[in-house]
Amino acid sequence: MTLRLRFILPVALFAVVAVVLAVGLNLDPRKLPSTMIDKPAPEFDLPAVRGRPRGLASTDLVGEVQLVNFFASWCGACRAEHPLLNRLTEEGIVAVYGINYKDQAEDARAWLDRLGDPYVRSGADIPGRTGIDWGVYGLPETFIVDAGGRIVYKHVGAIYPEDLENTILPIIESLRQ
Amino acid sequence: MTAEIGHFALILAFLVALVQGTLPLIGAQRDDRAWMALAFPASAAQLLFIAIAFAALMTAFVTSDFTVANVANNSNSAMPMLYKVSSTWGSHEGSLVLWVLILALFGFTVALFGGNLPPVLKARVLAVQAWIAVGFLAFSLFTSNPFLRLDPPPFDGRDLNPLLQDPGLAFHPPFLYLGYVGFSMAFSFAIAALIEGRVDAAWARWVRPWTLAAWGFLTLGIAMGSWWAYYELGWGGFWFWDPVENASFMPWLVGTALLHSAIVSEKRDTLKSWTILLAILAFSLSLLGTFLVRSGVLTSVHAFATDPARGAYILAFLVIVVGGSLTLYAIRAPALKSGGLFAPVSREGSLVLNNLLLTTACATVFLGTMYPLFLDALDGGKVSVGAPYFNATFGPIMIPVVAVTALGPMMPWKRADLAGVMGRLKLALAAAVVMAAAAWYSVGGTAPWAPIGIGLAAWLFVGALIELAERLKLFRTSAGDSWARARHLPRSAYGMTIAHIGVAMVLAGVIGSQAWQEELITVMDSGETVTVAGYDFTFQGSRELPGPNYSIRRGEFVVRRDGDLVAHLFPEKRFYPVQQMPTTEAAIHTTWVSDLYTVIDEPQAGGAWSVRIYHNPLVPWIWLGCIVMVLGGLVSLTDRRLRVGAPRRGKRAAPAVANPQAA
Repeated sequence: MTLRLRFILPVALFAVVAVVLAVGLNLDPRKLPSTMIDKPAPEFDLPAVRGRPRGLASTDLVGEVQLVNFFASWCGACRAEHPLLNRLTEEGIVAVYGINYKDQAEDARAWLDRLGDPYVRSGADIPGRTGIDWGVYGLPETFIVDAGGRIVYKHVGAIYPEDLENTILPIIESLRQ
Repeated sequence: MTAEIGHFALILAFLVALVQGTLPLIGAQRDDRAWMALAFPASAAQLLFIAIAFAALMTAFVTSDFTVANVANNSNSAMPMLYKVSSTWGSHEGSLVLWVLILALFGFTVALFGGNLPPVLKARVLAVQAWIAVGFLAFSLFTSNPFLRLDPPPFDGRDLNPLLQDPGLAFHPPFLYLGYVGFSMAFSFAIAALIEGRVDAAWARWVRPWTLAAWGFLTLGIAMGSWWAYYELGWGGFWFWDPVENASFMPWLVGTALLHSAIVSEKRDTLKSWTILLAILAFSLSLLGTFLVRSGVLTSVHAFATDPARGAYILAFLVIVVGGSLTLYAIRAPALKSGGLFAPVSREGSLVLNNLLLTTACATVFLGTMYPLFLDALDGGKVSVGAPYFNATFGPIMIPVVAVTALGPMMPWKRADLAGVMGRLKLALAAAVVMAAAAWYSVGGTAPWAPIGIGLAAWLFVGALIELAERLKLFRTSAGDSWARARHLPRSAYGMTIAHIGVAMVLAGVIGSQAWQEELITVMDSGETVTVAGYDFTFQGSRELPGPNYSIRRGEFVVRRDGDLVAHLFPEKRFYPVQQMPTTEAAIHTTWVSDLYTVIDEPQAGGAWSVRIYHNPLVPWIWLGCIVMVLGGLVSLTDRRLRVGAPRRGKRAAPAVANPQAA
């Protein structure tokens, strides 16, 4: 039997490699580690997006669980997730804050006027400094911030209904308890 | 219209491959000559259709037909003709067509020249080849169609990646693929032999030239790639242990082992199951190389999943081909009867050791390449394994490999006397010690591996020459007798000596680049002179020039040594407007013993430039050594015994004078 084992070994080793490859295939490549997880949200104080009454500061992000969404009018994927953000606000599921990242003031205003404004408050980060502090490197990115102002989770890319159902809402639920 | 013809031809090739994969196989099982004979016209038709498809694709590129998506994404009307042609295989989709073209070409060659193969074996080999083609054609047709149209077509194409617009890289993929696909022949023969349950010397004799050719192409392909990295990336480095490089290096390592193991199978009728396993592994790693590099899984996990259909297909294909063949191996290989016995210290023993070391080396590269993916799959975070790992693991394994490479050929088959062999290699040992001492004197304690490497290179170089001299009985018999021996010595013996000398050269070059490289990074004004390694480099400023599809900023250096002009060097910075990408073109003057290497980096205030100047001793030997290795393979290929279609005649003509040890 030991003799045969020698011949079975190659295929057994390959099976291990294949399983790992299969797991690798199903990994979500957008799930990148963020150094900001479990850290307090960086401090900032942003002016309002043109045409909106109020700006957004880090001191606003306390008291309840909230989403902080980085968006821009030049970002196609942001447009894709926008109706979902509107729904979150309309149905009162969770408070959504917006940070308008590296955008033109007039474009941002037109964007919110036309597509609807889901944000409780939003700030204009035209130079992109705040985005750097948050570790943003592609839009859209959405952070879950708990009642204590701590970043709990980062979602890279547009939020799709299944992301909301399977990941984001469960995290929010667990934070509320 | 051309694109549709190409697409249609590819579909026909797919259907023909299905027929070629099934009917001859059934015919071989039932011993039905007519069904088996079908493989010949089928392989001819397959080659024809794929050639048509390839020609159609190339036509679309040459005529800049931007209604074809692949052309629009990878070409541009302003590109020089050479790169319009080479961008045919510059994309994932196009490279697949090149792959199947080479596969079909090789398959047809077996069909054409395999007249002396047992018909059953030939039918099975061609059927296995056809199944590989089916896999690739399906992948091309269903997930990576190169002939997709674009509506509306863009005004101009997006250009080929500027890094690929280079003569070195234009021909890098075809050679790499000739190597990869070449191993498919050894693979097909291995599978056919496993189905048959029989491996004999004739089988090994057929496998050897294919392996040798594939190995030669792969060596050239890898050398071209590293040469390109050397002059194009502008850091004077030639090998970065990048996953993409490793993907081509792994089949090379196993292919080299296969090459040597096949010798034992042919000469001594033993190590058969091992040879078969290596044949399967060499091709499996080639597949892994082609697919994983193209899908991007090795460079980053990201690209793998960006197209889930492709990723899943790749994995399924790998599981079927590699898993299937290894399962077949597990079932059938134990039944393969082993031939001659041998003592641990013998020619066979040294070849086994060489095999084990090479496969171990391959395993370390595999581990280093796949580890980040493994760790990520096991949720262990994202890491990257760099050169330090490879230098620490791969380097030490190469020491015994090179040491044994000089010893092995000196040993007779079956049983050898190590003390006697060492005695005959006295001169090599002396050369190694002298060179190592000289290297030690030069580098001091800063690079302790440099004396080891240089000593080993000298050991192998002199050892290979001693082995040849012994065969010719040089200086021990009359000049006339030696000449007669030289004329009758099999070409494969010369091939081995040449190839081993090539290995010694590559080793010396690699060590030289690491231990003696001198580098100067500085800012230079026009007219300023700096001295590097005894050469005076005078910067003559820079000027703007137009290029065909890029703009050029060209610097000029005048190099003098002791006041005598050595060279004018013109390093360039190019800018490709379509892709908004700059490239660096190093200017290199080679003395064949060392390279003077200059790069201009960034413009500074007032017309000054930051520049980099390197003196790279022994580095040209890396590529010269690769060419010498390939030459060795080529010489060996012209050996009568291996000449396709003439094995029997070759046997009869084997010179009686030849040394019985002839490899």
